[in-house]
Amino acid sequence: MRYLPHSDTDRQAMLAQIGVGSIDDLFADIPRDLRVHGLDLPKAAGEMSVERTLGRLSAQNVAASSVPFFVGAGAYKHHVPATVDHLIQRSEFLTSYTPYQPEITQGTLQVLFEFQTQIAHLTGMEVANASMYDGSTATVEAVLMAHRLTKRNKAVLSGGLHPHYRAVVESLSPMAGDTVTSLPADPRGTEDILAAIDATTSCVVVQSPSVYGHLIDLAPIAAKAHEVGALLIAVFTEVVSLGLIEPPGAQGADIVVGEGQSIGNALSFGGPYVGLFATRQKFVRQMPGRLCGETVDAEGRRGFVLTLSTREQHIRRDKATSNICTNSGLCALAFTIHMTLLGETGLARLARINHANAVKLAESLSALKGVSLLNDSFFNEFTIRLPGDAADLVEKLAAKGVLAGVPVSRLEPGKSELADLLLVASTEVNTDEDRAAFVAALAEVLA
Amino acid sequence: MSMNSQGRPTVAATAATSAIPDTFTGNRALQIEEALLFEVGRHDVTGVDLDEPADFAPRLGKLARKLPIDLPGLSEPETMRHYVRLSQKNYSIDSGLYPLGSCTMKHNPRLNERMARLPGIGDVHPLQPLSTVKGAVELMTELSRWLIEMTGMTSVALSPKAGAHGELCGMMAIKAAIAAKGETRNIVLVPESAHGTNPATAALIGFKVVTVPARPDGTVDVAAVKALLSPDVAAIMLTNPNTCGLFERDVVEIAAAIHAAGAYFYCDGANFNAIVGKAKVGELGVDAMHINLHKTFSTPHGGGGPGAGPVVLSARLAAFAPLPFIRIEADGPVLVETEEALRPGETPFGRMTAFHGQMGMFVRALSYMLSHGSDGLQQASEDAVLNANYVRAGLRDLMSQPSGDRTCMHEVLFDDTFLEGTGVTTLDFAKAMIDEGYHPMTMYFPLVVHGAMLIEPTESESKASLDLFIATLRDLVMKAKAGELERFQQAPRFAPRRRLDETRAARSPKLKWEKPEPWVEAAAAE
Repeated sequence: MRYLPHSDTDRQAMLAQIGVGSIDDLFADIPRDLRVHGLDLPKAAGEMSVERTLGRLSAQNVAASSVPFFVGAGAYKHHVPATVDHLIQRSEFLTSYTPYQPEITQGTLQVLFEFQTQIAHLTGMEVANASMYDGSTATVEAVLMAHRLTKRNKAVLSGGLHPHYRAVVESLSPMAGDTVTSLPADPRGTEDILAAIDATTSCVVVQSPSVYGHLIDLAPIAAKAHEVGALLIAVFTEVVSLGLIEPPGAQGADIVVGEGQSIGNALSFGGPYVGLFATRQKFVRQMPGRLCGETVDAEGRRGFVLTLSTREQHIRRDKATSNICTNSGLCALAFTIHMTLLGETGLARLARINHANAVKLAESLSALKGVSLLNDSFFNEFTIRLPGDAADLVEKLAAKGVLAGVPVSRLEPGKSELADLLLVASTEVNTDEDRAAFVAALAEVLA
Repeated sequence: MSMNSQGRPTVAATAATSAIPDTFTGNRALQIEEALLFEVGRHDVTGVDLDEPADFAPRLGKLARKLPIDLPGLSEPETMRHYVRLSQKNYSIDSGLYPLGSCTMKHNPRLNERMARLPGIGDVHPLQPLSTVKGAVELMTELSRWLIEMTGMTSVALSPKAGAHGELCGMMAIKAAIAAKGETRNIVLVPESAHGTNPATAALIGFKVVTVPARPDGTVDVAAVKALLSPDVAAIMLTNPNTCGLFERDVVEIAAAIHAAGAYFYCDGANFNAIVGKAKVGELGVDAMHINLHKTFSTPHGGGGPGAGPVVLSARLAAFAPLPFIRIEADGPVLVETEEALRPGETPFGRMTAFHGQMGMFVRALSYMLSHGSDGLQQASEDAVLNANYVRAGLRDLMSQPSGDRTCMHEVLFDDTFLEGTGVTTLDFAKAMIDEGYHPMTMYFPLVVHGAMLIEPTESESKASLDLFIATLRDLVMKAKAGELERFQQAPRFAPRRRLDETRAARSPKLKWEKPEPWVEAAAAE
């Protein structure tokens, strides 16, 4: 087996050195009647064979780059520069562990420090951590953190929050003894969330742009939350939007969480992604996850270490702020490199291209007979109402080689009033030809 | 695993002035100092060529960004050099032995990276029409088949994103199963040798953690477990092989006692790599176990993730697996994403994450499994155990083991008794290894052993590599005993940084770059 260095001669010599007769002697602690003799699985395979097997599975899927592609709802198809994928595959980044030995992991640590700074600046917050698993788990961690800070346990979730994020919060909260008030789905972006906030509220969770694409003015929600001693948790699933819209930190958010996949990371059928988590300096000791901090070494030179670990599970055990250990280090690295390549100039332009493309597409689609746009405001994703079942139409469009978006029924099943709604995203990867193909195909299937 | 306070010195020794004269640049040949992005980047530089869109009417309402972001950029060559230089300050499994006990730093085959970048894997969206991702669902089904056969369990929940997330998934399934029976059990038993994630996970969903004492050799005391059982006990969380590197010989008896008390057996699968193809946890009485694909199945650790933590479930828990899950139907596997799609008997406790789990890790792990095959997986476990015992045999006369010299599994545990009277601590000893070109072993974990040093060489190391590692550690022990205190207390001397002041970092946390005050900048320019 190509990954195993020992020859049988090596193995025999090593067993002799250990002082046992056979390898079985080293497994003597496993009760004899429980020992397995062979698994019902295929035997070892060479590289070519594995490539054939997995290549065959890959070929059964439609890759985003191969068709006009408008699918979003929490994960977005963006162009990732070649430099990013090269750098993240460098041995020293790819095959290194969590930086517990700072003297020989300054590379990872400095990247995390840069990442934390980028996230703080993007969100308009004071501190950010070194990443979470993804946007949805960052959201539930933010809710738990708000409960610790407010010593209350009721979260209010906006109807514009991604339904899967809502489900993650709703799954954990009752088990943790907490309460969740979820507002009904808000495809028009008109809900009155202020009415749901009262003196027992721990936190209000609002996504902007919402899952339906609406940009939400967070300032009045923050004001109402603060008035009753609650916190505002701002959520985003499209981090590129922060290049063009007011950061949640400037609108009064106390905790900002989101999905960072769009920058540097592939779609990968849903993971691995990178959860972003930022907050106010005064809340830092209640944050979950790894934090990288600046310090000096014994010669007085600047260096970086993981810090404030007394919050964490390996020190505090059942009193920890979270159980998180492994996070999304390499995805955070990809994010940092891509964001470095973009810089402020590139990010702002990328955001404008996304917005411009979405505006053009929204105008063309809503010009079709029977199709209407639900959004006044949006960034690179919007909701349209179709004259028919959106899931059926998406399948028909897929048959015509256009991946048109996410039917709301995929996220909110069983609600007939939402069945004709389609979420459509357009990013910099879409060309005029892509948009024209979408509009033409939709016109055909509606005809 | 990380460090902790058990026996660990809290005050770092100050370094003697370096004998090496400073260079003009501060560089030391291949060790090149690299400023922060925020010090070298410029706001008007970008490394990506994008065309400004034609004029259009924005739809941002009143929420268009008014504030600058403060995100410096670099051109492509500058970006390349910046991150290549940073990478060169890292130790990695590709460059050397990485004996972190419990972390399983084994070779990461590059075939797996290539497979993860196949267009039909890396470039598919989780919410595309299911008709366009049949291969992705089949891949998840195939991975499930391998995991179920290797563990002898009933089903698998693939979506958890890492080991600790898998623990949470398993414990939520247990909580749901208890609730479904109309019971209110609130105690979870956790051995004192457990990973910190175990008690943290149990506490996260409202369980009260009760610690189970260890026997002198670090294994769980069956009598102690039985004494703690009551109608309030929901589960035990047990690591097997345990964090001392020993197989829990009484695991079947423990499982029987737990089940007789109406509770569940959660197994922490961090050390599953020792027993793949040797024992099936389903036959040991386990009800749920997460599998760290980034340990046992070699998906790269990436400097701290991403991981993946699928959870295998027994028949008692299978119905509670979270959404989404795969149902095998007559005409193929089906991805069940919503409650509306459930059939009788399917009672998921909810959802762990937005999408379907770490597909990028699934494909790497499956590539690893297909490459090894059933024969190679068993050989890998055997070689991992062989290598750990070989290290034990090479050091047993010089380094102390907490419960005497006995056969271990995939990792060997030493304590700091052998350093008594030398003035050298476990931390010093570990830092001296850095100067010799090795990443240290796991230190001060597990907590049940004073000054613990947990060494996991993995199956990836050749005999020659282990011989040199053993010889190096033997030499260091001799030097410690010979009183060469400074060598240890000053270590590391040759790394990109000397010891870092962690106390200072925690006392006044500086967690992001701040623009220096103008007078500081002026002084620096002089």
